[in-house]
Amino acid sequence: MSASLQNDPSLTVPAPTGRGDRGGNLSIARNLGLIIALVILCVVGIITAGDRFASTDNLLTILRLAAVVGVVSIGMTFVITGGGIDLSVGAILALASVWATTTGTQDMADSIGWIAMVFSALLVGTCAGLINGILIAYGKVVPFIATLAMLASARGLAEVIADRKTQIIRNQGFTDFFGSEPLGIPFIVIIFAAVTVAGWFLLNRTTFGRRTFAVGGNPEAARLAGIKVQRHTVYLYALLGLTCGIAAVMLMSRTTTGSSTHGTGLELQAIAAVVIGGTLLSGGRGTVIGTLLGVLIFTTLTNVFTLNNLSTSTQAVANGVIIVIAVLLQQRIADRKT
Amino acid sequence: MSTFLHRRRRGLAIVGAFAAATLVLGACGNSSDGGDSDSNVSKSNTDNDKAGKKVVIGFSAPAADHGWMGAITKAAVAQAKQYDDITLKVAEGTNDVNLQISQVETFINDKVDAIVLLPFDGAAMTSVARKAMDAGIVVINVDREFDSPFAARTTVLGDNYGMGVSAGTFVCDDAKGAKGKVVAEIAGIDSLPLTQDRSQGFADALKKCGLKVNNRVAAEFTVESGEKAASNLLQAAPKIDYLWNHDDDQGVGVLAAIKNANRDEFTMIGGAGSANVMRDIKADNTVLKATVIYPSTQAADGIKLARLLVQGKSMSDLSEIEVPRQLKLSAPVVTKDNVDTYIKSAFES
Repeated sequence: MSASLQNDPSLTVPAPTGRGDRGGNLSIARNLGLIIALVILCVVGIITAGDRFASTDNLLTILRLAAVVGVVSIGMTFVITGGGIDLSVGAILALASVWATTTGTQDMADSIGWIAMVFSALLVGTCAGLINGILIAYGKVVPFIATLAMLASARGLAEVIADRKTQIIRNQGFTDFFGSEPLGIPFIVIIFAAVTVAGWFLLNRTTFGRRTFAVGGNPEAARLAGIKVQRHTVYLYALLGLTCGIAAVMLMSRTTTGSSTHGTGLELQAIAAVVIGGTLLSGGRGTVIGTLLGVLIFTTLTNVFTLNNLSTSTQAVANGVIIVIAVLLQQRIADRKT
Repeated sequence: MSTFLHRRRRGLAIVGAFAAATLVLGACGNSSDGGDSDSNVSKSNTDNDKAGKKVVIGFSAPAADHGWMGAITKAAVAQAKQYDDITLKVAEGTNDVNLQISQVETFINDKVDAIVLLPFDGAAMTSVARKAMDAGIVVINVDREFDSPFAARTTVLGDNYGMGVSAGTFVCDDAKGAKGKVVAEIAGIDSLPLTQDRSQGFADALKKCGLKVNNRVAAEFTVESGEKAASNLLQAAPKIDYLWNHDDDQGVGVLAAIKNANRDEFTMIGGAGSANVMRDIKADNTVLKATVIYPSTQAADGIKLARLLVQGKSMSDLSEIEVPRQLKLSAPVVTKDNVDTYIKSAFES
């Protein structure tokens, strides 16, 4: 795999820690661990809930739940691999969902079609991401602070626009289209799959992906190698903003509403999924497949808890324990291999 | 040296054991109070109590982030336990609509007989509730209304406008026609329709006896926000005659602020009806003289209605054969005189 790295004309200096899904044994071992965890979860699900767990309907329920978090997590994988972090994803999703469902946007949708709502959600998401990126790359604001500011102001703006009310989507075409189930698969699950494949391709098979690893691993080396680090950072946050916009459309179709309360706590779910997937929080190493598995582990866990009638907050505790165990295991594996 | 170390180690062990014991006992302390809501709910004491067809009910509500919401789930669970023919599946309380939708989807997959749903956001849960109805499941909507009449078989609602009317009427009765009384109001989250309804009812009732709200602030249903809003209000109004606070959970903070400001010249009326507020009313040694109930047993009633609907029974004290489409619960005023009637059904905040 590292051969392709050398072939990249933009990378005359080998990237210092260009290891993602292409880390050979390391990444296989890590993904194997996640797959084993997922299998164990499924076995627990089958033992405790039997056919209720192992049914097509339940599988689709898990995937529908995973779709919204999943799309954002794929975007988050890019930002974290590129050495950043974004706490504002839930707020951006809320803002996009509200903006796309205002009376103004819905009137526009009535005259030119529901695509106007989709377009405005994607545009708002991307612009918010762009602002994050510019603040961080050119304003030299620490990502944690810049996106914390965006978290507060985007959700505040969403509340102002919506007047803290829930905006109901009138457009039947929108709900019909995104609520459809071609070949029995919910449309939002298809979008999730498409975003995952596109994310994997972008990170592992393109110059953009290789630059992302380089920027996250060692920005100075990346700069010396001729990568425009600042511009690339802006792209990464804009990309994450775009995935927030996509997730907003998915949640709009699921709830038939836009609301300033949508996506509360989404940032933590997405970061947790990315981190247990094996992407390094310090950047330079990232895996889309790992993130996908991370998202599936958390959603399957939620599903098993729901099926077993476990109503208390024990699940939040379980989530916390899983994150710590996953990170500890990864450190062990990494120590042994390197 | 070694004995010193030894002793120190033993000392540490004792401290450690003591700390562990404190933590364990502390953790248990709370769970043993868990049964307090059992007394909130009772059977019907009619023929309807006779065991019938097994009923599987799915229940989902928002996260129990304040006393009233916690009491909702507790009462629902306690109610279901009283009937041997009910199997209750409780989904984890959540403020994430994406997750709450998937919980309802799981109930649909499980082919439950009925779903009792207190949505985090009524509008956002409408489409999945509709899906459940289409699948032949009886959906009972509690407290926060769906935006389509097709999404629920029966809706159980509290009376927010009525709460305001009850509080305003209490003030009018107490003022006995005196004009120029200073009335203050501490509302909940101002943008919620339920807060607007409560305030409207309060203003309308006051108007009847020639009074109006002189000072109004809004808090956010939390203790912290109640303290903040009340401190500001007390600064702004040097003399108050009547104060209505919409919510007893935020009321804990409001009372703290009143105590800090050393004020006791007014009569305070609470809202929702928590147990500690009722104890204060009974003790009659604070400014709190009354509260207006917003029943925390709405979901428990939802469970009972779901059972009746699935078993094809009717509400025994009505001539009507079918269970009604909508129930709006009353918002009575609790004072020292009738507090004993209501304190049993109060929730701990």
